[in-house]
Amino acid sequence: MPDFLQIEHIRKTFPGVIALDDVSFSVAPGEIHTLLGENGAGKSTLMNVLTGLYHPDRGAIRIAGQKVEFTSPRDSLTQGIGMVHQHFMLVPAHSVFENILLALDNVPNLFSRKKYKTAIKQLLDEFQLDLDLDCPVWKLSIGAQQWIELIKLLMRDCRLLILDEPTAVLTPQETDRLFKVLRRLKDQGKSIIFISHKMREVMDISDRVTILKKGRSITSLKRGEYDEKQLAALMIGADQIPEWQKNLQLSQQIALDIQELSVRNDRGLPDLENFSLKLKKGEILGIAGVAGNGQKALAEVLTGLREASHGRIMAAGQDLNNSSARHSYIAGIAHIPEDRKSIGIAPDMSIDDNLIMKSFKSAAFTRGFFQDKKSIRRNALEKIEQFAIKSGPDGTPVRYLSGGNIQKVIIARELSEKPAVLVALYPTRGLDIGSAEYVHKVIADGAHEGMSTILIAEDLDELLKLSDRIAVMFRGRLIGFVDPQQTSREQIGLMMSGETGNTNGGAA
Amino acid sequence: MKLITERREISSALFRFSAPIISIGVALFVAGFLLLASGVNPLDAYREILIESLGSVYGLSETLVKTTPLIFAGLGVSLAFRMQIWNIGAEGQIYIGAMAASGVALFSGIENHWLMLLTMFLAAFTCAGLWAGVAGFLRARWQVNEVIVTLLMNYIAILLVDYLIYGPWKDPKGFNFPLTAQFSDTARLAQYFDTRLHSGFFLAVFAALVLYLFMERTIWGYEIKVIGSNPKAARYAGMKTGQAIFLVLFLSGAIAGIAGFCEVAGLQHRLQHGISPGYGYTAIIVAWLAKRSAIGVLIVSFLMGVLLVGGDSLQLLWQLPVAFVYAFQGLILFFLLASDFFIQYRIKLVRGTSNA
Amino acid sequence: MLEILLDATVRAGTPILFATLGAIINERAGIINLGIEGLMLIGALAGFAGTHISGSLLVGVLAAFVASFVAGSIHAFITVQLRGNQIVSGLALTMFGIGITALFGKQMVGLTIDGFSRVAIPGLAKLPVLGKAFFNQDLLIYFSFLLVAAIWLFFYRTRWGLALRTVGENPAAADTCGVSVSLYRFLAVTIGSGFVGIGGAYLSLASTPMWIENMSAGRGWIAVALVIFASWSSPKALLGAYLFGGITAMQLRFQAMGTTVSVHILQMLPYLFTIIVLVISTMRLQKGASQQPESLGLPYDREDRK
Repeated sequence: MPDFLQIEHIRKTFPGVIALDDVSFSVAPGEIHTLLGENGAGKSTLMNVLTGLYHPDRGAIRIAGQKVEFTSPRDSLTQGIGMVHQHFMLVPAHSVFENILLALDNVPNLFSRKKYKTAIKQLLDEFQLDLDLDCPVWKLSIGAQQWIELIKLLMRDCRLLILDEPTAVLTPQETDRLFKVLRRLKDQGKSIIFISHKMREVMDISDRVTILKKGRSITSLKRGEYDEKQLAALMIGADQIPEWQKNLQLSQQIALDIQELSVRNDRGLPDLENFSLKLKKGEILGIAGVAGNGQKALAEVLTGLREASHGRIMAAGQDLNNSSARHSYIAGIAHIPEDRKSIGIAPDMSIDDNLIMKSFKSAAFTRGFFQDKKSIRRNALEKIEQFAIKSGPDGTPVRYLSGGNIQKVIIARELSEKPAVLVALYPTRGLDIGSAEYVHKVIADGAHEGMSTILIAEDLDELLKLSDRIAVMFRGRLIGFVDPQQTSREQIGLMMSGETGNTNGGAA
Repeated sequence: MKLITERREISSALFRFSAPIISIGVALFVAGFLLLASGVNPLDAYREILIESLGSVYGLSETLVKTTPLIFAGLGVSLAFRMQIWNIGAEGQIYIGAMAASGVALFSGIENHWLMLLTMFLAAFTCAGLWAGVAGFLRARWQVNEVIVTLLMNYIAILLVDYLIYGPWKDPKGFNFPLTAQFSDTARLAQYFDTRLHSGFFLAVFAALVLYLFMERTIWGYEIKVIGSNPKAARYAGMKTGQAIFLVLFLSGAIAGIAGFCEVAGLQHRLQHGISPGYGYTAIIVAWLAKRSAIGVLIVSFLMGVLLVGGDSLQLLWQLPVAFVYAFQGLILFFLLASDFFIQYRIKLVRGTSNA
Repeated sequence: MLEILLDATVRAGTPILFATLGAIINERAGIINLGIEGLMLIGALAGFAGTHISGSLLVGVLAAFVASFVAGSIHAFITVQLRGNQIVSGLALTMFGIGITALFGKQMVGLTIDGFSRVAIPGLAKLPVLGKAFFNQDLLIYFSFLLVAAIWLFFYRTRWGLALRTVGENPAAADTCGVSVSLYRFLAVTIGSGFVGIGGAYLSLASTPMWIENMSAGRGWIAVALVIFASWSSPKALLGAYLFGGITAMQLRFQAMGTTVSVHILQMLPYLFTIIVLVISTMRLQKGASQQPESLGLPYDREDRK
């Protein structure tokens, strides 16, 4: 069958970065085509080109053999291309119905609510989905929100569906359900582009795999032409991987004692409920859970960004939640935030200034109330060398740095004070393998020196590899602990969907 | 065919430096049509502006007299803008500063010249600071929109001064005019060269230098810049953003309040209606044109001083309303904002969908 | 007494109501417009000039709408197409409005026109207490009632309204649904500005049928504050505007009765009251149920990498 979509020699650059460089591949009707590549390889950028959000600098897109040029998402939509974005394109304050309705074509301006509700309900029934159409989206779980995104595309009868890492927010069981739906759509003759870096899923669902690396399409392989190892080797290539070792001698000293902590969000709903755990000195405690189950709230309350509505955080015998020690504690805790650009850096300021953000008052960088520009500069030069930051000319605002380098600036700053506790949220998200391994090394090395880490990540492999102990969270609660040496992915998966697991590895 | 825009890799340096000048130029051009429409030859008008404001020692001194309050108010406003706090209340803060200084001058009975001036200065500084601090407190505590609060407080400040000069502070020997009594010589700033130029001008230049050092060299300046660049990051770094918001609005108002002190102690020597003909609003343009830099404020204030002095003479010659200057200032801002776009973006032409 | 006060309340509240409705349309699309004060003046002058020249009040109102629409398009172009700073652009618009109306209004000072007169609605006007205040008014006031309902219906019962609200909440979501963010934002700003202009025209065609320099006297700013009080909903805007109308009416009543309290202190009341209401409604906003459009004040750049 002729290909539905062909992409030819696409190139796209952003200020200072070549995101895509000569990418080509094609998708046939009734095919699930996987785009495989590590973070930062250009998968999302490519899809944004395909949906008309970005305009490519060079190259061509053909639909059913015809060359097309997209200048807006509308152009792409009219060609039957639809996408479930990694960051959902939903309005949290609007109802499910309103979110879906806007995605439909040819809705008359004064529409009949009844008629469209019936139509949507029919589709929901067909896929055995249970969604309250009048419920505002913010009340729904992340998994349910993703179904809305998919329904939006099915309602408008897209011929090509793009799913950008849809399983990142799903438990293994929910993933199976999604795959069932995808296979059914494939049988109906739809083309599907599936994006993932989870090898297991790729092996499971793909008809064809195209590997992207550093913005280039390396090769396309049909099912049967590859195995897991081959794909991994192609995806990663010859990156240099720094070596590190786990800290095996754990001290029994408690670094942080979290007792019955609860946090409520702006809407008064609990983000974290009755959460207790003891973090040992030098321990790396992994936190597993589907995104949006309270991990962010946990990190924010631990680092002082949010206030707890109930409970205590004890360190060195003091309650840090409401005591005067709070501010010095906050300054002393290291935090690698999830949303780097939005809270990790002052984007308009230089690397020099960003590196001292937490220690700008310290004697090393000041003379009285004046800043010591020389020592600030010296500090920057040291860190740039030590962490191999590619910084651009002096004084360049950090907003112009690449994601990996921004992450390095944050890590350099956070770890420079020899913190007792590190709270790291998705610290390797968006990094290439080399940089990601570097981050792992920094965390593991820190553990040797007695730094305790709370590592929140979505990739189970990363957690299993790095953690001494894994806690699983569901809907703001701690479901249980597992020992990474003895557990299985299935067990963690079940716990991630709320089934209370045993606590064999935990109970410190 | 479609036009699309693209972010520039590095903002265009050429544009960045020429933008304010181009904006003023284009605004002059467009304002020319407004002048034509009201029956005035714009070239005559612009020549008149230059001659009146720069063509004589007296003209120049008048320009500096108007530059003085603009520097103070401009500094105050830029300080707040630096932190993305929108203090639109400089006008009211000038009035409160003037009111506080006048209160001291009229009723304190201090006889020492320097002590009197210092007390007036401090009163203006503190009262105007607290006045703006109200908005700062509300913003820091409950995230109340400071734009609206500072602005509405302008109306209140002006009415408050009106209340005083029509009521309790009215000069009993003033033939019932809404004025206070004249200040004694103890409460007056020195004037120079037989003009109205007073020592407030030099104080303003000094203040700009101090503020420059404050912003670029001290840890507080650093803190303000971090909060301005990304308040979330500042909070994440453990900075007390709420406190900083209050302090910056206090300081911003206090500095604007000094303008009020200088106007009454250096120029008017009494409190009366219309102490400021909108310096506080012009200060917003000053701050934006100066890109929030203290040294820039010095230069732009002078340019605006030229415009204000020139504007006054246009009023006399062609009976143009004083408020016309606002129209011109609005135009400058419009074009400056537009030019910001070309500093950051470039425009490209692409072909649209061929078979839609 | 109560009847007179209510009547004065509605008449004093109407210009603010139009301005608040216009501002709500702006902000629902995600654009802050601080040019309301200037737009009211432009509307007031254009309305007066239009009526004076043509002799028709309808022409005056249309002139007010068109003039403010055009002036608003400056703000729209700068904030939407050029992604400029919304706060500064709005302030510039206010300054521009004050200046240009002073300039072109000079010839209009002292002229008079026949302003809007009352039209009683048969039956309803006879209602006790409410009848006179709400159903024996001029046509512009009846139009404001219609506008409140129409805006609500538009927002919640039409696809355009849904798209507009989405643009203000999450422009990227609207964009991926094929909704043109810039077109919606541009029209929301310009049409919203047009209604603000009608609010201005109410001042010069109905409240006091003449042109006075700077006659809006801060009402535009009160409207900006009322948007928050009204939590971006048109029926609540009606409530808020009349609340202020009430304060103004009472203040004027006090003055007329010749109290010993200074006129200047009385004149402060509406501004003071606005601040207090703003504080209270913001505090309420903090406690959950935030109605503020999530992308308010943020420019939308499709290719901006997050």
